[in-house]
Amino acid sequence: MDIKDLEKEENEGIENLPLEERRKFLKMGLAVTGVFLGGSVLSLTSLSHASSQINPDLDIPVEGQYPYPKHYSMVMRQNRCIDCEKCVEACKQTNHVPDGHGAYRTAIQERLTTENGSEKREFRPVLCNHCNRPPCVRVCPTKATYKDPETGIVVMDYKKCIGCKTCMAACPYNARYFNHEKYAIDKCNFCIDTRLAEGEKETACAAACPARVRIFGDLKDKSTEIYRLLHTPETKIWVLRPDTGALPNVFYMNA
Amino acid sequence: MTNKSISAIFAETAEPRLATPGMNRATIFFLIVTVVGLSCGVLAFIFGHHIIYNNTREMPWGMLISTYAFWAITSTGLCIYAAMSHVFGGTRMGIISNRMVWMSIICIMGAFATIGVEIASPHRMLIYNILSPNPTSNIWWMGTLYGLAVGCMIIEFAGIVTGLARVALILGVFGAIAEVLANSCLGGVFATLPARPYWYGAQLPIYFLTAAFLSGAAATILFNVLAYKIRGEKMSHAVHLGVKSAGKAMTLVLILYTVATFWRLVSFYVGGPELGRTAADALISGPLSINFWVVEVCIGLLIPMMLIILSRLENVGMMAFAGFLVLVGQFVARYDLVVAGQIVPQNLGWDGLPSYFSYVPSIFEFGVIAGGIGVVAFGFLMGERIFGKTFTQKEHH
Repeated sequence: MDIKDLEKEENEGIENLPLEERRKFLKMGLAVTGVFLGGSVLSLTSLSHASSQINPDLDIPVEGQYPYPKHYSMVMRQNRCIDCEKCVEACKQTNHVPDGHGAYRTAIQERLTTENGSEKREFRPVLCNHCNRPPCVRVCPTKATYKDPETGIVVMDYKKCIGCKTCMAACPYNARYFNHEKYAIDKCNFCIDTRLAEGEKETACAAACPARVRIFGDLKDKSTEIYRLLHTPETKIWVLRPDTGALPNVFYMNA
Repeated sequence: MTNKSISAIFAETAEPRLATPGMNRATIFFLIVTVVGLSCGVLAFIFGHHIIYNNTREMPWGMLISTYAFWAITSTGLCIYAAMSHVFGGTRMGIISNRMVWMSIICIMGAFATIGVEIASPHRMLIYNILSPNPTSNIWWMGTLYGLAVGCMIIEFAGIVTGLARVALILGVFGAIAEVLANSCLGGVFATLPARPYWYGAQLPIYFLTAAFLSGAAATILFNVLAYKIRGEKMSHAVHLGVKSAGKAMTLVLILYTVATFWRLVSFYVGGPELGRTAADALISGPLSINFWVVEVCIGLLIPMMLIILSRLENVGMMAFAGFLVLVGQFVARYDLVVAGQIVPQNLGWDGLPSYFSYVPSIFEFGVIAGGIGVVAFGFLMGERIFGKTFTQKEHH
């Protein structure tokens, strides 16, 4: 039909649209969103060799394409954070983080934003992103920091750390600090030695959070909450500083 | 092949004329500066690096890293010019190249002294650089290659002193290759960090190499002129021609370096990440602007260029002053580069952070810098005293 003729037609409105048509339209929308979401989550979580799978089930991560038996990640449901700092305190106690000199493994950042004309305080919990392409691991001259082969967690071998601080300069997330008690660089390790090794399923910060902001788990296990959250099609998910190409494993959403 | 006793060798190379009371006083003065200065660094091992130095979690690298880079870059430049003269001949710098090899070793010693007290646990470095090397780490390659380079240059210099010309030549070439690769890895340390847009990019390693050619030429002029100054002698015609060649090289590289600096800064204003632009602003109009415009640009580039033109490459005193100013400019340029890469908060916009962190080096950091200068000055004077004749005689091949 010619566009000029179409202009002359009367708008039929949506009142008389059959339900079936509406459903079809919604399905199409969800499919489009799902495909895009699938693409984005995949690019956020995967290693470079994890190929994109455009399928309606969004079945990611793809079995066999992750180099670690477990793939520990964390989701931050950012808008739930109330800045009570129980996570910071729990981390400090559990992991013996020393006082002062910029020593902390996790923190809550805040800023003022404007929403619908009124000022709003926004909180953002941060910690090591346990990246899939970790800049800190690449730059360490003595392999004092490395990806744990079992879990993919970025860990420290303190005795090898020469204190050159290149990992601190390389980290896009300011996640590393000089531990003056250990006289080595230190960082969050998802409580691998203090809790996971004891059979706990959660990190200290996630367990301490009263608002359930932090959801920790194995992304490869489809029964986990983190898997479900990251594969809910209508959710907008983002990571911090994606431009650095570090492929972080801490995901943010409002939920 | 020679088979001489060590004392006989030193008898041939030493310059007893320089054993004057004035020279002795200067040598002892710089030895004291070295000891006192580096003692500031030793304090870090006693009281803690986090207490003695003003580095923070957000700005882990400061003036000690930049000064290490400055000396290492100068060492590379000296070594390259010396090797090129030895291998290819053709340049008139051949006659002064023995002194350049010595000063290249001394400058890298100044660099090692500075970074040796900056690194929190250098003893672990000695062990785990060997037991647990990381081939993807620029720091590992840089340390290893500079270590290799200094080893080669020491053997090269021993060859020069003992008259083993072939050994000196071969090791000189290996030393220079190691120095260039090490310099490139030093650039790579900064250039391969996407988290720091002010550093990240392919230009930086080349920029560092350009800086090496600039600092190396400047140091060549300065140290040669000083060598004749302390002897109270006029330069021979051949040495004068050598210094003139270094002056020409410095002029050429001054232009290249200025162009590279211009485009490097322009690139931040045409797009790219905000962090890079804010960092560039620190130099153009922010907290590093006096350093940049007054020291880097005017003292380090424009005035030396004018002095070189005015000297017509004849007035060696004026050229030496230009060389000195270039080195001052390069010293501050390294400082600005290291600081600007970290001065903008990575989470700008959160926690009410200002656009720039504040970093002022501690008194102990200044002490270590003085110690590094002491190492180089002491090494220079001792070199003239012990190997002075080697530096003034003709090339060894």
